[in-house]
Amino acid sequence: MTAFTVNGKKVELEVDPSTPLLWVVRENLGLTGTKFGCGMAQCGACTVHINGEAVRSCVAPVSRAEGKSVTTIEGLSPDLSNPLQRAWIEEDVPQCGYCQSGQLMSAAVLLRDKPNPSDDDIDAAMTGNICRCGTYPRIRRAIHRAAEMAAKAGAR
Amino acid sequence: MNSRNPAIARRDFLKVSVAASGGLLIGFHFPGIGKLSAQQAATSSFMPNAFVRIGTDERVTVIVNHSEMGQGVYTSLPMLLAEELDADWTKVGYESAPVDPKYNHPAFGMQMTGGSSSVWSGLEQFRQAGAAARAMLIAAAAQQWNVDASSCRTESGAVLTGSDRKLSYGHLAAAAAKLTPPAKVQLKDPKTFKLIGKPIKRLDTPDKLNGRVEFGIDVKLPGMLTAVIARPPIFAAKMKTVDDARARSMPGVRKIVAIPAGIAVVADTFWQAKTARDALRVEWDEGSMRDFDTSKMMQDFRERAKTPGTSVRKDGDAEAAFAGAAKKLEAVYEVPYLSHLMMEPLNCTVDLKADSCEVWTGSQFQTIDRANAAKAAGLPPEKVQLHTTFLGGGFGRRANPASDFTVEAVHVAKAAGAPVKVIWTREDDMAGGWYRPAFLHAIAGGVDASGNAVSWRSRLVGQSIMAGTPFAAMMMKGKAYDPASVEGVDDLPYSIPNVTVESHQAEIAVPVQWWRSVGHSHTAFAVECFVDELAALAGKDPYQFRRALLQKQPRHLGVLDLAAQKAGWDKPLPPGMGRGIAVHFAFASYSAHVAEVSVKDNQVRVHRMVCAIDCGQYVNPNIIQAQAEGGAIFGASAALFQELTFANGRLQQTNFHTFPVMRINECPEIETHIVENNEKSGGIGEPGVPCAAPAIANAIFAATGKRIRKLPIRITEAV
Repeated sequence: MTAFTVNGKKVELEVDPSTPLLWVVRENLGLTGTKFGCGMAQCGACTVHINGEAVRSCVAPVSRAEGKSVTTIEGLSPDLSNPLQRAWIEEDVPQCGYCQSGQLMSAAVLLRDKPNPSDDDIDAAMTGNICRCGTYPRIRRAIHRAAEMAAKAGAR
Repeated sequence: MNSRNPAIARRDFLKVSVAASGGLLIGFHFPGIGKLSAQQAATSSFMPNAFVRIGTDERVTVIVNHSEMGQGVYTSLPMLLAEELDADWTKVGYESAPVDPKYNHPAFGMQMTGGSSSVWSGLEQFRQAGAAARAMLIAAAAQQWNVDASSCRTESGAVLTGSDRKLSYGHLAAAAAKLTPPAKVQLKDPKTFKLIGKPIKRLDTPDKLNGRVEFGIDVKLPGMLTAVIARPPIFAAKMKTVDDARARSMPGVRKIVAIPAGIAVVADTFWQAKTARDALRVEWDEGSMRDFDTSKMMQDFRERAKTPGTSVRKDGDAEAAFAGAAKKLEAVYEVPYLSHLMMEPLNCTVDLKADSCEVWTGSQFQTIDRANAAKAAGLPPEKVQLHTTFLGGGFGRRANPASDFTVEAVHVAKAAGAPVKVIWTREDDMAGGWYRPAFLHAIAGGVDASGNAVSWRSRLVGQSIMAGTPFAAMMMKGKAYDPASVEGVDDLPYSIPNVTVESHQAEIAVPVQWWRSVGHSHTAFAVECFVDELAALAGKDPYQFRRALLQKQPRHLGVLDLAAQKAGWDKPLPPGMGRGIAVHFAFASYSAHVAEVSVKDNQVRVHRMVCAIDCGQYVNPNIIQAQAEGGAIFGASAALFQELTFANGRLQQTNFHTFPVMRINECPEIETHIVENNEKSGGIGEPGVPCAAPAIANAIFAATGKRIRKLPIRITEAV
C-alpha cells in the first residue's frame, strides 16, 4: 500500500512501489496532464512537484512519494489563476502543448525560489524541459511577465 | 505558380492517387447543405453546413477538418468562418471533424493535414461556410421582423435592422435551421475584416495549461488495456523464436501475441506492459539489413554522385560553361537520417467489436488511416470511426502511407479482446523508421572573370519517399525521379544561364517519410551554402551576390532585403562572430534568415536569428510568428545536433541524450518580420525550417573562414 497526497487529496494505492510516479498519476489516478516524453529524465514533460520540489516523475518510483505531497499540473490552479498560466495565455505560449505542463511545473519552482529571475536563472531552471515546437522565446517572455504579475499582486 | 512548383505537384498526385485507389470525392465541394438542417433543428442547434453549428446557447462551434498539431488550425480556420459569420469571437469554439469525404482536403482529395496547406486550402471553404450560415440567420430574422433581408446587417453574433431591433444568433438558430441554405453567397471585402489578419490569441491555449487537453496518449476507455510491442531491432528482420516465459508470469500481463509488427505484450498498465516487453527474449532472423552502416552508405552515395543521374532540369550547357569558367568550385554536402521526434511518442487506441471499430489517435492522414484500419480489422471503412485527438507534434510522422501505428494497434486489439492502447516508448519511436532520408548533394559551379555565376550542376543521391508507396505511380507521373527529393533545387531561383540538376535514387530498406519541410530540409542547405561559396569565389558579399542573381525574383528579393535590413547586415560584429544569410521558396511561401553566431573551442553558439517571411495574404500574424520561430528552432536543432546513424544494421541513437533537441539555454533571440502584400496565401508550418541550417553554416564561415558541408555541424569536420 502506497499513500500520499495528490493536489491536496489523500490517495492510497495497491501498486508495485517501483512503478514510476508518472504512470501511477496518469493511469491509476487518471491525471493525464502530466506527460510521458522520454522515460529517462531527459525532456521534463513529466515534471511534477513532490513537497514543492520539481521532480521528473518518469524516473521517480512511486515509493518516493510515500507520505508526501504531490502536485501535478491539474493542481497548479484549476481555474488558470496562477500568474504563470495567466502569463502563458498573455504570451500565447503553447503550440502543440504537450510539453507545457512540465514547463509550467518547472517555472513554478523557479519563481518560488527567484521571484524576479534573470535570463540566466531561466536558462538554468528550464534547460531540462524540451519543447520540440520551439516555444522557448515565448516561455522566456512569459516567465518574466508572470514575475511582474506576481510582483504587482504582492504589492497591492 | 509554374508547373515546377513542387507543392502543386504533390497536390496533383494526391488528388489523382486517392481517387484511383478509393473512389473518394475530389476537389472543392460545399458539404452538407440542405441535408443536416432539418435533422439538426430537433437538437436545438443550427448546422447549416458541415463546418459550423450554432446553438441556442449562442455557442458557435467550428468543425475543423485539419489536425491540431501545434500549428494553430483550431484558431486560424475558425477565424475564417467567424469572420464571414460576424460571430462573437468570445463564443467561438472548435471541434475535430469525423472522417467523411465532405471533410476532404479541397486540393488533395482526402482528409489529411500536411504540406503547410491547411489555411490556404481552407480559405474559401471556411469563409463560404460562415457566409452561408450568416445569410440564413439574416433570412430567419427578416422573416420574424417581416422586413426585407437587405435591410438587415450583422454584428458580433446578432442580426440587426433599423436602429433598435436586434436578434442574437442563438435566438435565431431554431428558425434558421428550417430554411434552405443559399446557393450562392457574397464574401466580405477584405478591407472590412475584423478578425482575418489580426494577431488573435489561440482558442486552445487555456486547455493546454491545466492538463485538460486530450492527446492520443491520454485517451481512457472503460476496461482498456495497454500494449507495448517488441519490434525488430533491424529493418527487414523477422522474428525467429520468442521465449516469453518470464514475461508471462509478470503481474498484470494479459496476453503476449505475435502480430505482423512484432510481439505485443498486453497488460493492465503501461509499466507492466513495458517491463514485460523488456523481459521477452526474442531471437531475430536479422535479414538483408544486418550489415547496414550509414558511413558505408555515404561512401556509396559519394561514388554514385560521380556519375550522371536522371535528368531533372537542364538549362543551357552546364558542363561546357563549367569547363570555360574563370574560377570553379566543387563541393559535396551531406545530411543524415533524422527522426521527427514529436514530444508525444506514437500511440493509438482501438476498441474493436464484431461489426465495428473505433480508433483514437493523433492522425494527420485520416482517410488513409481509416481505410488501413478497416482492412486490418476486416471491416468496411464506414464501420470504422476514427477520432482525431490533439497531436503532441506531428511534423509529418503521423501522416504515414502505411498507417503503421494505427494498423498494428488494430492487430493488437484483435488479440486483446478488450479496448487497447498501444504506446511506443521514446526508444521505440526513434527506432521505428520513417525518417527524413539521408541525402548527398554534389555541386559544381563556376564564375566568369567579372564574378558572374555562369554554371551550376547539382547531383543528388538519396532515397525516395514516394517509391514503394501506393503514391508512387501518381506522384512520380512517369518521372524517373521523386519530386520530393529535388524540390527546392529543381526550381533554383538564381539567374544562372547554365543549370543542370540530376537525381540518383538510392534503394535502401530504411523506411523514409516527409519530415517538416520534406526535400527543402536538405536542398536549401546545399543550395544556399553553395551560393555562399560561389559568392566568396567571386570575391563578393554573399547578400549582394544573391541580390544580383535574384533580380527576376521579386518575392525572393523582398524577403532577402527585409531580413538583411532588419538584421543590420552591414553593421560590424565583434571579433569571433559572423553573420550568414539564406533565402528559399517552399510551400508557396518565401523566407529568408540571417543568423549571427560565434565559435569558441569548436563550439557553435547561435545568438540571433532574423526571419523574414512572405506567405502572401495571411490570417493570423500571431500564429505566423510562432511558426516562424518554431521552424527556425526546428531547423537549427537539426543543423546543430541531430543525426541518426546505423552500425551492424542497428540504430545507434535511442533518446534525447543521443539525438538532442535545442534547449532554452541554447535558443537564440529570434525576430520575425512578415511581408505585407496581396499575393495568394501560402504555407507557414514548414517554410521557416529550410533556411536555418544554411544561414547558420554561412555565419560560421563568416566567423571562422571554415565551410560547413555536413550536418550536423561539427567545426572539426569543417573545410
